[in-house]
Amino acid sequence: MGKPSDLVQGTLDLLILKTLSIEARHGWAIAKRIQMISGEVLQVQQGSLYPALHRLEQQGWIKAKWAESETGRLAKFYSLTAAGRKQLDSETANWARLSDAINLVVREA
Amino acid sequence: MRWPHKFLMRCQMLFRRGRAGDQLQDELQFHLDQQIAENVAAGTNPVEARRAALRSFGNPTVLREQARDTWSWQWLELLLRDLRFGVRALARNPGFSILAILVMGLGIGANVAFFTVVRSVLLKPLPFKDQGRLVRLYEADAHGAFQDNVLAGGTFAAWQSRSHSFEQMAIKRAIDYNLSGSGGQLPELVHGQVASWNIFPLLGVEPALGRVFLPSDDRREANATVLLTWGLWKRRYGGAPSLIGKTILLDARPYTVLGVLPEWFNYPDSKVQLWTPAYHERSPAVMALYTAHNLDAIGRLKPGITIAQATAELSTIQRQIRQQNPDGPIHDAANIRPILDAEVFHLKTGLYAMLAATGCLLLIACLNIANLLVARAATRRKETAVRAALGGSRGRLIREQVIESLVLSVAGGASGLMLAEAALRWLVHVRKDIPRADSIHIDSMVILFTIGVTLLCGLLAGLIPALSSNNKQILSTLQESSRSYSGGHAGVRLRRVLLGLQVGLTVVLLTSAGLLLKTYTRLRSVDIGCATHDVLTVEINLPRGSYKTSAQIVSFYDQLVEKVRQLPGVQAATVATILPGEGHQRDDVFTIREHPPLPKGQVLDASTFFVDPGHFGAMQIPLLQGRVFQSDERLDRAHSVIVNQTFVRQFLKGENPLGKHLKVELGEVAGSDTGLEIVGVVADTLENLSDTPYPTIYYPFYSGSQRSGTLAVRGQQAPSGLSLPVQHAIASMDPDLAVANVLTMDQILGQSTIDASFDAALLFAFAVISLLLAAVGLFGVLSFIVAQRTTEIGIRIALGAQREQVMRLMLRDGLHPAIFGLILGLIASSGVAHLIRSMLYGTPALDPAVFLVVAVTLLLVASAACAIPAWRASRLDPMTALRME
Repeated sequence: MGKPSDLVQGTLDLLILKTLSIEARHGWAIAKRIQMISGEVLQVQQGSLYPALHRLEQQGWIKAKWAESETGRLAKFYSLTAAGRKQLDSETANWARLSDAINLVVREA
Repeated sequence: MRWPHKFLMRCQMLFRRGRAGDQLQDELQFHLDQQIAENVAAGTNPVEARRAALRSFGNPTVLREQARDTWSWQWLELLLRDLRFGVRALARNPGFSILAILVMGLGIGANVAFFTVVRSVLLKPLPFKDQGRLVRLYEADAHGAFQDNVLAGGTFAAWQSRSHSFEQMAIKRAIDYNLSGSGGQLPELVHGQVASWNIFPLLGVEPALGRVFLPSDDRREANATVLLTWGLWKRRYGGAPSLIGKTILLDARPYTVLGVLPEWFNYPDSKVQLWTPAYHERSPAVMALYTAHNLDAIGRLKPGITIAQATAELSTIQRQIRQQNPDGPIHDAANIRPILDAEVFHLKTGLYAMLAATGCLLLIACLNIANLLVARAATRRKETAVRAALGGSRGRLIREQVIESLVLSVAGGASGLMLAEAALRWLVHVRKDIPRADSIHIDSMVILFTIGVTLLCGLLAGLIPALSSNNKQILSTLQESSRSYSGGHAGVRLRRVLLGLQVGLTVVLLTSAGLLLKTYTRLRSVDIGCATHDVLTVEINLPRGSYKTSAQIVSFYDQLVEKVRQLPGVQAATVATILPGEGHQRDDVFTIREHPPLPKGQVLDASTFFVDPGHFGAMQIPLLQGRVFQSDERLDRAHSVIVNQTFVRQFLKGENPLGKHLKVELGEVAGSDTGLEIVGVVADTLENLSDTPYPTIYYPFYSGSQRSGTLAVRGQQAPSGLSLPVQHAIASMDPDLAVANVLTMDQILGQSTIDASFDAALLFAFAVISLLLAAVGLFGVLSFIVAQRTTEIGIRIALGAQREQVMRLMLRDGLHPAIFGLILGLIASSGVAHLIRSMLYGTPALDPAVFLVVAVTLLLVASAACAIPAWRASRLDPMTALRME
């Protein structure tokens, strides 16, 4: 595996929702946060991040608000909606089930 | 909670897209700036930091596009953009666009119109409950000679009592009544139907007012009763409910109005005004005959019984009837058709042929537009290649092209729909003979069809050129220097194929139209054997109530003919039951007294005409032998008949017909059962233009048995001027008498050829249009080729090529596809001609003259279309040509 590992299809939504569950953040901060928490393993490309954010917003899972950032500039802050919180729960459960299953197969088979 | 949010989001995205776009720009810029700041903080110099950030950021435009792609309504935005682009491209070239829309509109309009007719007439079910089980019943010949003979009363009674396949069986028959004037209204001749009482329950029709017939009304001894249709009730009686239970005068006899039929009920057609019970109107003796075929029978099959089972059962019953009655015209089998099929099967070939023709026309129109679009695509090859090189996806480019042609076809479809509406109005007006014509109108199904056809045309016309431009050519197109010596060939080859197909289809239309036109002229030039010019005809029906005896009938007609003969401008007048050219109406079986009895089961049959003594003179039918009727041969003294040439040829070959006696069981003519003497032989006339003469027996009209007659008046000039004086003469004798169908003989003949003339004229119009389209296509393609090869031609001329050589070269280029199409078309035509041969008369399906004329016409038109660009090419000035570009 030469390239830094691509995110598993569909998991980016989960990561974004999880990151936003703590506090509202702008896109740059979301990317940095995922990168940092994962110990620099997960690199979120801008090309995936912004389309994903806009898609989640269209779905009504996150909402956006323009606010002053830490540097004093206006930035677009995303936060979870109630529907997004539910979605996060179900996706987390889904992920747990999926990864457990994969782990089982990898270990046992 | 999610749905309102989503909805709000969507509204926002729809109405505030511009702001959302700006905000996206800001958002991405913020990210980029953060990255730069981080790089600077890590110690890189600002310029390098910015470059690194941009590098990791990727193509900002693509990123923006990808983010926008997730927005709702993005598809709409793209569509609108392409639409705007397409409309702008078309508006830049209004001549082309208008032409294309017109061509498309014409094609779509013709198709929609004929689809509407086919759907309304052939496909739309009759408005009866459970229509699938309703059938028409016919007597038939076991050997397949006659399939659709109407029923005799005795046959109907036997089938009704002995068969088990039907829930119910009913009969009906057309009849005309003289509806007397009342309350200042004029008398009028109304079309009606006699029917067995159960026809309405069988069809599932409830009266709008009053009641329908009961079994007790449908007997000879019952009181006279009548049901009115909604139209007559409204029109003549102002829709007064009090009419129920009152009496009206039909044929000067009182009939009690039982009820009014619902508004939607217009079976068998909307000309029917009233219904009377059959067994009351017709004598029990007639209704018991096996030989008098004059009833339309309808049945409702029991659930689960198939037409084949019912046919088998009825055929068995009919075979037994035949065995018990070996003499007379009695069939030995039965035939059953679904009720709708029975109404319209004679129209099927013609209508489907027309629909196919309009389909061809539309295909030609599409090909033509595809051709024009290919030409435009060719002039825009460089633009397309540049866009493709800059990352314009192939799908996007194809979509653009298709949307452009969709814009054309939608505009064409809209104008086509209007055109169809107008065409249908005209059609219903000129073709009153089409059954169910009143149900022809554009409905939602037709609109759907229009939309479907429109989209299909747009896709077809757009995809052909779009797919022909191929990505692999990008490089070579870009590399082609501006001084290309001859144009790319792929587009040209495609256009040639399209043209060939178009020419082929045109040839098919031309030959079909030619064959039908020839049929029509054959029909019109048929000599029906009697005077047709300047002859006026009037139908008269003497009511039973006021003309009770034969003597009264005879004296009325005698005086009328005399009176009309005295009118200024009248040369001759005559009265007869039927005139030549009015179609076959009645025939009866007979035997020749002087001949040995016929073997069992064989019968002789001839058409039955009743004519007055002056008939043959007035109609200019030559008397070949013997004499015509004398004026004192009337009533009980009318014992002679006259026959025609075909009769003699068929039944009295090599004998002297005069003095022979014919035994006919007419009942209406005294002494017909013991033998009527043949006193004369006249020349043949035709009953139908497309038929051969039928053996005919003329009986004396003044035997007094016939109440209805057609008065024929031959004038010195145009007969229409006589119609008022003749009607005045009739009114002066009986003001209560209604007349009908005041027509000239030419009109009658015109009606009998209307099918042929109509089909031929329409098909011819389509053929001319497609020929025009093909010519335009050829002209366009060759002009385009010439324009592309200008430099090449210039070099040829500069190197010494003769002008004629250049012209020949270019002509060959253009005529190639035409000849290819012609051959293709001629082959296809021979197949098509075979399919429509039932519509042809006196014209073989592979008529060499028609095929030759079509081929020559096409070649001439094609040469003319190619000549102009070819001539222009040969006139090129080599210097200007070489300096071009």
